[in-house]
Amino acid sequence: MARDLLLRGGRIVDPSQGHDAVGDVLLRDGKVEACGGSLGTPDGAEVVDCAGLVVAPGMIDVHVHMREPGREDVETIASGAHSAAAGGFTAVCAMPNTRPVTDNQATVGFVKRQGEAAGFARVYPYGAISLSQKGETLAEMGEMITAGAVAFSDDGYPVQSAQLMRTALEYARTFGVPVAEHCEDMTLAHAGSMNEGAVSARLGLKGIPDEAEEIYVIRDILLAKRTGGHIHLCHMSTKGSVELIRWGKERGVNVTAEVCSHHISLTDERVGQYDTNAKMNPPLRNDEDVEALQQGLADGTIDLLVTDHAPHHYDEKEREFADAPNGIVGLETALGVNCTWLLHRGVLSLSALIDSMSCKPAKVFGLPGGTLRPGSIGDVTVFNPDQPWIVDPSRFKSKGRNTPYGGVSLTGQARLTVVGGRVVYRAE
Amino acid sequence: MNPTAPLSTPRASAGSLGKDLLGLEELSAEQIHVILDTAVPFKEVSERQIKKVPTLRGMTIVNLFFEASTRTRVSFEFAEKRLSADTVNVASTGSSVAKGETLVDTARNLEAMRIDMVVIRHPASGAARFLAERIDSNVVNAGDGTHEHPTQGLLDILTLRDKLGDLAGRRVCIVGDVLHSRVARSNIHGLQKLGAEVAVCGPRSLLPNAVEELGVQVFNRIEAAIEWADALNVLRLQLERMQGGYIPSLREYNRVFGVTSERLSRAPRELLILHPGPMNRGVEIDSDVADGPHSVILHQVTNGVAVRMAVLYLLAGGRPDLADAAKGGTR
Repeated sequence: MARDLLLRGGRIVDPSQGHDAVGDVLLRDGKVEACGGSLGTPDGAEVVDCAGLVVAPGMIDVHVHMREPGREDVETIASGAHSAAAGGFTAVCAMPNTRPVTDNQATVGFVKRQGEAAGFARVYPYGAISLSQKGETLAEMGEMITAGAVAFSDDGYPVQSAQLMRTALEYARTFGVPVAEHCEDMTLAHAGSMNEGAVSARLGLKGIPDEAEEIYVIRDILLAKRTGGHIHLCHMSTKGSVELIRWGKERGVNVTAEVCSHHISLTDERVGQYDTNAKMNPPLRNDEDVEALQQGLADGTIDLLVTDHAPHHYDEKEREFADAPNGIVGLETALGVNCTWLLHRGVLSLSALIDSMSCKPAKVFGLPGGTLRPGSIGDVTVFNPDQPWIVDPSRFKSKGRNTPYGGVSLTGQARLTVVGGRVVYRAE
Repeated sequence: MNPTAPLSTPRASAGSLGKDLLGLEELSAEQIHVILDTAVPFKEVSERQIKKVPTLRGMTIVNLFFEASTRTRVSFEFAEKRLSADTVNVASTGSSVAKGETLVDTARNLEAMRIDMVVIRHPASGAARFLAERIDSNVVNAGDGTHEHPTQGLLDILTLRDKLGDLAGRRVCIVGDVLHSRVARSNIHGLQKLGAEVAVCGPRSLLPNAVEELGVQVFNRIEAAIEWADALNVLRLQLERMQGGYIPSLREYNRVFGVTSERLSRAPRELLILHPGPMNRGVEIDSDVADGPHSVILHQVTNGVAVRMAVLYLLAGGRPDLADAAKGGTR
């Protein structure tokens, strides 16, 4: 029997219960035993002094790339889950663009078991929508759900056939799980490597216009409207997308959406002189997009924050911009970036920030957690929203070092990560 | 008069240009003038019986061409040889590059052979900077993707300056495929820094969506551009772009945007016609224009060698005021 864990004297902020007060949280047998008020110390309990810190339901990132199976040189489920824990995340959803593609129950089960074996953040597998992510044949969703899949996506590729997406939405609706779309019209985005605009014109790089995303956003909203299925829109990057999602939500469409920490904090100016650590898909956009995405989060049009954590080997990024792979690591910087750009600039309250990083991800994806209500799983994030620190990629637990925030001063840092009542990360 | 004196410690005194020439965007008007002024005395070297001066004797220059090029490579090679540098040409075919070596490894290996300069042509935008940031040798961008081609921009500007004098207030229109043109970007930045007004003209599908943000005026009609401009710089319509479906046909392109003598005859003033080459006669430019009295195309080619000599000389640490001396005197 594991020891009880008492988190003493922190500011407990749990939007799921409308709770915001200083108090204690007691974890027992992997679950929340009690939350709030002054709790006595049970015999043999480990006590962690949380005075001056925020105690929140465990943060969940529903969009990460763990690279295992297939690219264990770049990240493993263990290193990725460790990275998640170090960033304050108690659970992540692993995208299925692995090698082989996670499009069957065996691979789903493998991902889940690797996550359990690692023992850091919980790892929930995504299954692919289509076999080999080719957009042709629906993958065996029912079996994958039985094996542990929590949602479906062909992330990295859009589902180009509207008919297949329609079927996927209908079929997934049977099981009550979301279908998550990587919105990108590949004919418009073809050969593009950054946002289309003044910077791409100056750098002589082929741009990706906003509409490459927005055309799929509205298509999928319309298909969700038709089918009643749950469409979840991945990594939204444009003002236009926010407006289209708002349009859908106003009409009662079952649409949810996520935004990455980098899209609410950086613009295409960050590409600078061909910095491949600012290359991702969708690309960094303009100031007005950043502002619209922040506002979309604040008013609930955008449901939740993610990282799209995408580790790459350093020499894959160490090359010509157009040829470098897309993506950045994000698990260990997300909380700091979100605190710096959203909390401290007054875009989100502390409660709203926690809602977007914990409660809503749990709710939208039907995951356990996202609450400190007694009886729920004992996943807790303890962080200091006012802790200043400088990002040093060489200290990442992730194998990836590809971040645009290297050397950047952030304010806000995870101090303690608890999964199932067990401390999986403790800041030095 | 000691021709090698300014070059005793080439990289320690990087002259007025810094270590590399990557683009005209990052140069000041003064730096551009220095290069152009330095090119003037070097022009004379190419007019001699013995077209060689000892200025860069003992320096090793690698011409690293990852893309097919005849004109630019030959021009650089002449510039290097006329300055007495030792040169090696590396083309992407037949080298380790074709075996999958990365650009950074290629660069490090070359540098391990203790070279002094690299002239690089590469299909990726930003490749020259990528190289420059990773090696100590001087790097000259001979065209990176669709970004910049600074020596072409400089030779175009030198040609314009030869013919028009001070370029402040002069109007230059770049015609054609601006979207894919490194020549266009270098000309836009360079000319604007010297105070010229720059416009572009071409089908919108061949202009960057945000082209106005480069500070240029846009003409949709070639006739309007001809009426406005003092000079047209007619870009090569890269035939491979046709496969991208950017324009319906070459025939239509010539009919709508071709620079023809008939269109030029309606110009309100004498127009200079530049073309960076190689030309598609009968597509973007008609033969009678290319060979006609307005054309300064061969003058550009001659200037190309002199401009490249000036760039190599300055990057090697040569002082602009000694360029005349460095080439061993004018008479």
